[in-house]
Amino acid sequence: MRGDWTIPRPGRGALAVWQRNLRVWRKLLAPAAVMNFGEPTLYLLGLGFGLGAFIGTMSDLSYQTFLASGIIASSAMMTASFEATYSVFTRMGVQRTYDAMLATPLTLDDILAGEVLWCGTKALFSAAAILIVALLIGAVAGPQALFALPVAFLAGLAFAGPALIMSAVATNYDFFNYYFVLAVTPMLILSGVFYPVETLPEVMQSVVHLLPLTHAVALTRPLVAGLPLETPLLHLAVLGAYAGLGFYAAVVLIRRRLLV
Amino acid sequence: MSPVVSASRLHKRYRGFTAVDDVSFDIDGGRCFGFLGPNGAGKTTTLRMILGMTPMTDGRLSVFGLPMPAEGRAIRARIGVVPQADNLDPDFRVDENLEVHARYFGIPAAEARRRIPALLDFAALSERRGAKTDTLSGGMKRRLTIARALINQPELVMLDEPTTGLDPQARHVIWAKLAELKAKGTTLLLTTHYMEEAERLCDELVIMDRGRILDRGSPRELIGRHVEAEVIEIRGGDDGTFAAFAEARGCRLECQGNSLYCYSRDVAPLIEHLRQRPDVFYLHRPAGLEDVFLRLTGHELRD
Ligand SMILES: Nc1ncnc2c1ncn2[C@@H]1O[C@H](COP(=O)(O)OP(=O)(O)OP(=O)(O)O)[C@@H](O)[C@H]1O
Ligand SMILES: [Mg+2]
Repeated sequence: MRGDWTIPRPGRGALAVWQRNLRVWRKLLAPAAVMNFGEPTLYLLGLGFGLGAFIGTMSDLSYQTFLASGIIASSAMMTASFEATYSVFTRMGVQRTYDAMLATPLTLDDILAGEVLWCGTKALFSAAAILIVALLIGAVAGPQALFALPVAFLAGLAFAGPALIMSAVATNYDFFNYYFVLAVTPMLILSGVFYPVETLPEVMQSVVHLLPLTHAVALTRPLVAGLPLETPLLHLAVLGAYAGLGFYAAVVLIRRRLLV
Repeated sequence: MSPVVSASRLHKRYRGFTAVDDVSFDIDGGRCFGFLGPNGAGKTTTLRMILGMTPMTDGRLSVFGLPMPAEGRAIRARIGVVPQADNLDPDFRVDENLEVHARYFGIPAAEARRRIPALLDFAALSERRGAKTDTLSGGMKRRLTIARALINQPELVMLDEPTTGLDPQARHVIWAKLAELKAKGTTLLLTTHYMEEAERLCDELVIMDRGRILDRGSPRELIGRHVEAEVIEIRGGDDGTFAAFAEARGCRLECQGNSLYCYSRDVAPLIEHLRQRPDVFYLHRPAGLEDVFLRLTGHELRD
């Protein structure tokens, strides 16, 4: 296939792009905080206590702990997916931010690496906010839960890759509806955030195990609940593969879109 | 001294369409070099190829003696760019736009903050340093974009239609700023479809149309080479009597739109004739690049 398939070689310029995004985010800290703390609080208080009263425990965990760990992972997914679709698309297109960047020593590889790092960072921020809320309602077992933060960062990278591919091929914002309805929402519902994956039919389970969110949840849950990790290397490898391959494919596609 | 930009046989093809067709030029340091051409001539495409933002289909390019695209990063580090469409960062204030842009060049924050006051001063935007960029007028945005292009203290500044869409006053302000830059020894590369802009600013220019360079030289050379010294333009045409009169005196006539252009080295008898024709509205002026363009292409510069 035509196009520039060279392996991306981002340099230090990626950090300048990351810093730019951080700087914009800091300006909008208040609405971001409402979003980051408000939403999980609603979920954990509303669903956690409401449903928790009926359910009691799930997979031998209190439902609050079960749900909190699931939401930490799913919010990493949501945050990174929104950032790498709507926000990236805005900077790449209407706002012409990439055009301005490409006229400097930055390369497209730098820019996209910076974006992906930023997605990871934002995922980490939102995971941290939920972790704090979960801690306050007593849903966190111990300091081991802090490891959920780097996991959220990695999950952010993993979800940034595929979402970035969507930005590469999107013709307008509405296009992202497909991605969210056909990929993101099903993951949210099927990947073990609200109930254990084991309750799904066998066929479904084997499909669900291919999805990145399942692996993000599988890592996060024992960390928050203070339990030993099961097959952590497998989960890390799947997330790493989504991040790496997704990034590579997105770079190739966006090169084809912008460098014409 | 070797040229700042040396382009040899550049081609850019989009599928079947040729946007830049066998273009070669050298740009010497410390001068203002212009690309004059109508919409779609291939000016922006040429600029983007020089920056490595658009890969060339064919040809060879070196900037500061370095090969493009192999040394793209190093080359862009020494260039300032004012794009055709403003792309200031709407999420930031005026001064932040400069700071953030400096980071893209790897300029440390402290050094950027040291450079910014002088740049804001140059752009006459010190008062508005805390303003959001989307509250600026078109002229202010343009000046900020020029200031931004200078943050890396570039040796070459490329400006793509720097004054299109600005009112005459704002345009004059920009021209003065560009003259100031040139006086400091910065090489300027600009595209325009205003012949007045090209005549005022450019030491040397190429006339482009449909992806090709038609001729090159200083504005004076081009005018001397292609057109007679003076023009009489009849707006709204005439009934044929003037045309016949002028033709009989060896003038060259061009029809364009509903104007009739009459080129001559000696216009005195023609003026005499027109004085007795109060029904005809005419304009007498020295020939300019617009006339060169019309001569070379058979159509007007503005379309
Ligand atoms: N990405 C693209 N795909 C296809 N054609 C393109 C592309 N970019 C430019 N062109 C075509 O190449 C030609 C030259 O475009 P270019 O933008 O270089 O012209 P220009 O001289 O800068 O014109 P203007 O004064 O309108 O800015 C135009 O006909 C344009 O439609
Ligand atoms: Mg253009």
